[in-house]
Amino acid sequence: MNSFTYSPPTAVDAAVRERINRPDSAYIGGGTNLIDLMKENVAHPTHLIGLKKLPLAEIENLPDGGLRLGAMATNADTAWHPEVEKRYPLLNQAILAGATPQLRNMATNGGNLMQRTRCYYFYDLATPCNKREPGTGCSAIGGYNRIHAILGASEQCIATHPSDMCVALAALEAVVRVSSPQGERSISFANFHRLPGDRPELDNTLRPGELITALDLPKKGFAKNFTYLKLRDRSSYAFAVVSVAAALELDGDIITDARLALGGVAHKPWRKAEAEQLLIGKPATLVTFRQAAAELLAGAEGHAHNAFKIELAKRAIVRALKQATEMDYVLDTNAFQNSNP
Amino acid sequence: MSQTIANPPVVRLGTDYIGKPTSRVDGTAKVTGAAKYAAEYNVPNLLYGVVVCSHITKGRITKIHAADVLAVPGVVQVFSHENVPSLAWFDHNYKDDVAPGGSPFRPLHEPEIRFNMQPVALVVADTFELARYAASILEIEYEVEPHETDLEKKRDDGYEPGRGKSGWMPPPPPRGNPNQAYRKAPHQHEAEYIHLAQHHNPMEMFATTVEWLGDGQKLNIFDKTQGAYNVQQYITKIFGLSKEEARVITKYTGGGFGSGLRPQYQAFMAVLAALELKQSVRVSLTRQQMFSFGHRPHTLQYVKLAADDNGTLQALHHSALAETSQFEDFTENVVNWSGMLYQCENVKLKYQLAKADVFSPLDMRAPGAATGSYALEVAMDELAYKAGIDPLQFRLLNYADRDQNADKPFSSKKLRECYHQGAAKFGWDKRNPKPRSMRKNGKLVGYGMATGVWDATQKKAAAKACFTADGRLTVSSASNDIGTGTYTIMTQIAAQTLGLPLEAVTFVLGDTNLPEAPVQGGSWTAASVGSAVEAVCQDLGKSLLKLAQKMDDSPLKGVDFEDVQFVNGLIRRNDDIQQSVVIRDVLQANGEKELTAESGAAPDMMKQMGYSMHAHNAVFVEVQVDEELGTLHVTRVVNAVAAGRILNPKTARSQVLGSIVWGIGMALMEETIMDHGFGRFMNHNLAEYHIPVMADIHDLQVVFVEEEDEIVNPLGVKGIGEVGLLGVAAAISNAAFHATGKRVRDLPVLINKLM
Ligand SMILES: Cc1cc2nc3c(=O)[nH]c(=O)nc-3n(C[C@H](O)[C@H](O)[C@H](O)COP(=O)(O)OP(=O)(O)OC[C@H]3O[C@@H](n4cnc5c(N)ncnc54)[C@H](O)[C@@H]3O)c2cc1C
Ligand code: SF4
Repeated sequence: MNSFTYSPPTAVDAAVRERINRPDSAYIGGGTNLIDLMKENVAHPTHLIGLKKLPLAEIENLPDGGLRLGAMATNADTAWHPEVEKRYPLLNQAILAGATPQLRNMATNGGNLMQRTRCYYFYDLATPCNKREPGTGCSAIGGYNRIHAILGASEQCIATHPSDMCVALAALEAVVRVSSPQGERSISFANFHRLPGDRPELDNTLRPGELITALDLPKKGFAKNFTYLKLRDRSSYAFAVVSVAAALELDGDIITDARLALGGVAHKPWRKAEAEQLLIGKPATLVTFRQAAAELLAGAEGHAHNAFKIELAKRAIVRALKQATEMDYVLDTNAFQNSNP
Repeated sequence: MSQTIANPPVVRLGTDYIGKPTSRVDGTAKVTGAAKYAAEYNVPNLLYGVVVCSHITKGRITKIHAADVLAVPGVVQVFSHENVPSLAWFDHNYKDDVAPGGSPFRPLHEPEIRFNMQPVALVVADTFELARYAASILEIEYEVEPHETDLEKKRDDGYEPGRGKSGWMPPPPPRGNPNQAYRKAPHQHEAEYIHLAQHHNPMEMFATTVEWLGDGQKLNIFDKTQGAYNVQQYITKIFGLSKEEARVITKYTGGGFGSGLRPQYQAFMAVLAALELKQSVRVSLTRQQMFSFGHRPHTLQYVKLAADDNGTLQALHHSALAETSQFEDFTENVVNWSGMLYQCENVKLKYQLAKADVFSPLDMRAPGAATGSYALEVAMDELAYKAGIDPLQFRLLNYADRDQNADKPFSSKKLRECYHQGAAKFGWDKRNPKPRSMRKNGKLVGYGMATGVWDATQKKAAAKACFTADGRLTVSSASNDIGTGTYTIMTQIAAQTLGLPLEAVTFVLGDTNLPEAPVQGGSWTAASVGSAVEAVCQDLGKSLLKLAQKMDDSPLKGVDFEDVQFVNGLIRRNDDIQQSVVIRDVLQANGEKELTAESGAAPDMMKQMGYSMHAHNAVFVEVQVDEELGTLHVTRVVNAVAAGRILNPKTARSQVLGSIVWGIGMALMEETIMDHGFGRFMNHNLAEYHIPVMADIHDLQVVFVEEEDEIVNPLGVKGIGEVGLLGVAAAISNAAFHATGKRVRDLPVLINKLM
């Protein structure tokens, strides 16, 4: 870790100006990811701009019936916010499936979106990595790749985005609000994270210096039929091997609206309109679920250690949709508390 | 009427602590932070050293750009093979008490790189932050040579190791005719069992603070280790110091599990830097560097078992091939247990090593046995199914009443009671033997069981006792407490032996200024140091009695030591317990300030020679499996342990609970993933090297089976730190099979292996 300076601006415009004026600076939220990256010498900002004093920690109702989550609200405060629990329980579940209480108490919503991949090679300077040092090669391809992508990967990078929260945000079609000296803009969640392509060093579509100020949740919260199912190598404090955010609207047995997003399988939360279309208008049966699962996994490609995720993801989708349909099952706390049983 | 201390009358009560659940005497210090660990001694004028590790696996350093780093203000020195002063030359100077055969690794000795993450430089600076930064910019050029780290590629390169490591025994020669017996038997099973490397990962990272005490070159070495004396002799031999010049202190250890049996390289580096710079230096390793030294070795095992129609074992073959480094033959007893755990006339055991470009493996909790018993006990389960016999019944049918390896009786063996009591507590009789036959909450349920055996060892140890006129007793020995409860049980033994209240007794450990004790390992501390503590307290008691007899009107005049008891703060006559002297008053009455005794205990070889001495356990496990998703939870464990006398059921239970948790990790999570292309462990952090978390732990029950043993040592203890781990991983694997009908033979049992 190099030495660095620190300043905690109190206004958003001051923060973004400072960030632009100091190209070697970085924003710091809870620091749960950035500090680790600095300790491993993966990130070496010489100036940290603390966001704690910005007025961005609020969670408030929006006039259109949606909910605004401040970028600096902690993951814990967000998950346990009464409006989130009541109207967006899928988000509550997804956040609580991630990390540990200690981490969630520190981690911020903005930081969660911006957290970097957990690819072993990315964190280890002894090995080449295109994401860390473009052009050096991808060690995970042909290396150890249990936690890597099966969808949307490139020959440059097969990393996954590790967030749980983002999988739910993708399913809920949140909107990311950002600020820069040029002003404010909104980015749809689907367009926020990107696939690695030939620029694996870029995780998302933020422009240099842009600050995330809030996440806007649309009115529709799928609070009746939803599930976040996370499969991992231990019951807590482990990233998803595969995770599924499933949200349905049902009219009797018929699915009238559906959202389906996968975590742990791609460089971004993985959604596909065709898969959701296969659900809408259909009866909520295993046959329907399997068709949607197959569609969402279409084109999936495994590597030496992660090919099992293709089948596992399909099964997890079917299970999640089933649980979302039979909500009494979901409300049996065991069903997701111990999603590996 | 004749009563002795060892066999006290019922009236003894108040100061009888042995066998009573007793809370840790060091508990408050630990939870309040008062307990100081090696990296917490903030001595004045401290410099900080950060270790730089090699990025390559094999080759040599061609250039170290130290000048760039030295140019950073505040950087004091960069140590590497280029500037390390000439140190001891011979291998034996680098051998520690638990070193395996071969040529020990010498840090910063030469440009050659022999394994990935080899420590190649130490950057010393005024502050830790600066040292860490400076270490990160130290550029090192290498000439890379091809390496091989994969044991799988070394299957044909196995060799039988020579002797070397203390405690290691080559497998006994074959008995009977195992090949023929196998061929002829109606029920046969053979399979390979595999686990990768596993790392100890105690919470406390290895660290050494060396306090420079001035030009007499006297050092206080605050070190994280499981053996202060072992570190001292290592350091003194390498640096040519006298024992007085190198005092090693280790008061608290945040877990060891074997990782601290050998002196680690940060101790060498901190001493080197302190001596060269004539200043105090601290070197702490990072979590990543905790993966840069010893580990439980990647091991391939092959087991062949056969039984007749009655379920009698007819043949047993067990062979193991384990990785070791290029420079040392790390050996552990992997297969020997198989020749002793069950009665079998036809046995063939084989143990081989293969050299790879890795650091030498290192003893890790129940070394060898954890590996071997996993394979044997899964194989036993497999054969039980083939022979159509209940796995528990199968074990009872082949119960060994005699150690056939050594051809000796056991000093005591209550494994049968472990089976019975464990099975009863668990409800084994409710098991439907058919795989996939039991379900609960939509999940498959499986019951599995397995057995373990571990050595009951006593080593030579010394202790000192000092009783002062204020009525306080201080007992000391350079032992260790890696979390096992040593502080507590030694206090209990001392207090009971001299009949003093627990609060009046302090046990001091972890300091080479104290009488010598062995490294804390092998589950031998309770037996070894406990016996020394009992012996020294008895010696002190004899002196106390003599003084008490000098007191005016002493009711103890003329009686022998055997005729009195020390209890409730009194020395009293066995024949009339009303006749007593208050221990506290004895010194004052004689005008003495303190009374000391120094003595020790060693195993009674004559007594033990004719016996095989072991602790045993039987583990019963329930798992629930969501087959579709491949997820498995260990919902219930009963671990029945026969380990002689249990000194403190509370700390002993903690040891077994910890062992079960460890076993769950071994079965379901733990593996250090080597990228053989780089020859480097990749999941070198606690986010990706998984060990169980609370949510993985459910109902755990520990049963201590009563076991008396007068052979093992006067206290009758066998040690409890390791035996509880044995059988856990196998029982889980067996339960997973019972639940799903799928047999996984390579640990850990991950989601993808069950789905
Ligand atoms: C051991 C461990 C286990 C974990 N397990 C899980 C898990 O199971 N599931 C899961 O989802 N997550 C997990 N996490 C990740 C955790 O959720 C993230 O580290 C956390 O959300 C990051 O938030 P932060 O505020 O601490 O970010 P920081 O570390 O402060 O910042 C991370 C990045 O975001 C940038 N940033 C922060 N705020 C903003 C902003 N407002 N605008 C623009 N950029 C910003 C920073 O510059 C930095 O680059 C785990 C983390 C650890 C360490
Ligand atoms: S997968 Fe991406 S992050 Fe991982 S090594 Fe390859 S390029 Fe780097």
